[in-house]
Amino acid sequence: MSTHYLPEGLPAPAQEPIAQPYWEGTRAGKLVIQKCAGCGKHQWGPEWVCHRCHSFDLGWAEVAPRGRIYSWQRPHHPVHPALNGHGPYLIVLVELPGADGVRMVGNLLGDPLQEVAIGAEVEAVFEPHDAATPPYTLVQWRLVE
Amino acid sequence: MSERTLRGKVAIAGIGETTYYKHGKSPDAEFKLALEAILNACRDAGVDPREVDGFASYGGDRSDGPRLAAALGIHELRFSNMHWGGGGGGVAAAVANAGAAVHSGMANCVIAFRSLAQGQFARYGRGNQAAAIGGDDAFLAPYGLMSPAQRFAMKITRFMTQHGIRHEVLRAIALTSYHHAQTNPRAVMNGRPLDVAKYEDSRWIIEPFHRLFDCCMENDGAAAVLVVPAERARDMPHKPTYLLGAAQGGHHRSAAPVHNAPDYASAHFPTVAKNLWSMAKLGPKDVDVLQAYENFTGGVLLGMIEHGMVSAEEANEFMVPENLRFDTGRLPLNTSGGNLAECYMHGLEMVNEAVRQLRGTASNQVRDPKVSLVIGGPMVTPVSSLILGTEETL
Ligand SMILES: [Zn+2]
Repeated sequence: MSTHYLPEGLPAPAQEPIAQPYWEGTRAGKLVIQKCAGCGKHQWGPEWVCHRCHSFDLGWAEVAPRGRIYSWQRPHHPVHPALNGHGPYLIVLVELPGADGVRMVGNLLGDPLQEVAIGAEVEAVFEPHDAATPPYTLVQWRLVE
Repeated sequence: MSERTLRGKVAIAGIGETTYYKHGKSPDAEFKLALEAILNACRDAGVDPREVDGFASYGGDRSDGPRLAAALGIHELRFSNMHWGGGGGGVAAAVANAGAAVHSGMANCVIAFRSLAQGQFARYGRGNQAAAIGGDDAFLAPYGLMSPAQRFAMKITRFMTQHGIRHEVLRAIALTSYHHAQTNPRAVMNGRPLDVAKYEDSRWIIEPFHRLFDCCMENDGAAAVLVVPAERARDMPHKPTYLLGAAQGGHHRSAAPVHNAPDYASAHFPTVAKNLWSMAKLGPKDVDVLQAYENFTGGVLLGMIEHGMVSAEEANEFMVPENLRFDTGRLPLNTSGGNLAECYMHGLEMVNEAVRQLRGTASNQVRDPKVSLVIGGPMVTPVSSLILGTEETL
């Protein structure tokens, strides 16, 4: 049985150099995002410059893998052949209050037909794709009990 | 010092389009469709096509200006312009860019157009088929977030939820477009009416706010307008349609990566609308007829709210079909059927409809309109909108 939320065959992330520390972090079960060495603020997704102070000295920092649901959707229509016949699934936009409110997109684990509430507390679940070439890890979310 | 504005400086003197087809059904290549729409706009304006000296488009149109100029034997190409951004976000901007070229003296007679043949090329509602994917999509596609509907759905979820707006508002927008298409012979959905039951029974594309009929069609065809100096338009066959205001762009970091725009639940018009009203020296209450681009019905609502046409608080009450119809409505909306039911020509068909309304030649003619607002593709970035008016509004 697959330990992945969505079926095999969706595009893998190209682990581009600009985001290398993020991808390395996920392999180690850590959430690592950009944190500007100039002004100390977090930003996401990866950029070449800090949008606040224009420093190019963008460091990386581990952040708490906790957030809350900012918005959500339950797609039914398959937008990729790998999703044909799969049925509905949940995508959430998660805000990280511990990292200047940056947002990340992932799937909400559990029953795909569950009710979803904006503001609900979630925690990250690291989903390794070890058989991929190269291997990668996705960041999924589950409700905090 | 003279005021820097396009208000009243240029006019749309000609409009044209091809037959509109279901996606993949055009017998003609995309480039040929573009040529046909351009020739029709020139004929409508009574202008020799060889006199056209500029082209403006958007959404990555594949029919490029220099090739069109060569194919049409145009004497001299003076302006060739592509507006950044995908889809119909740039529809009003392309018309405005044509207008800016004409007003500045860079060109005299400029076509703004869009051509699309999705049988010949790829469709929009399908995800990228590559094995590995980079950029923003590396953080989205592996989670099954790939289509335009999915890129915008969470904006709509948050806005509707936070403001307590009911899905009936979106249903009213869909019903209105389909209603108008039934009396527009150009409309692809002419003869395919929609009622409440059919809407409610339609399948989910995305919960909680995107049923099938909340989503635009995908079509083949082309449409074009011809922009000339205002004084010249007065000597041409049709009553001139003047450009009163135009604005494009987006507010603070609206293109921030991976869904990080600070004002997320937005169609990205707050500053654009402010600049639009300022140039036009008009306000929302002056609009007689509104064309608001439907990629998805939720975007129509957000765009209307951000232009001040309705408030979030009054949306549930005001947004009912009776208020939006061409004959009974306080705010006639998408009077040709729009992207949902006339044709998804990335909104250029809506500019043509705005012109027809002001000329008094629309299939669903509003009574004596003077000011026409066109809101371009919402929720993308950059977005754009424009205001057209009759001679009396100058
Ligand atoms: Zn900084």
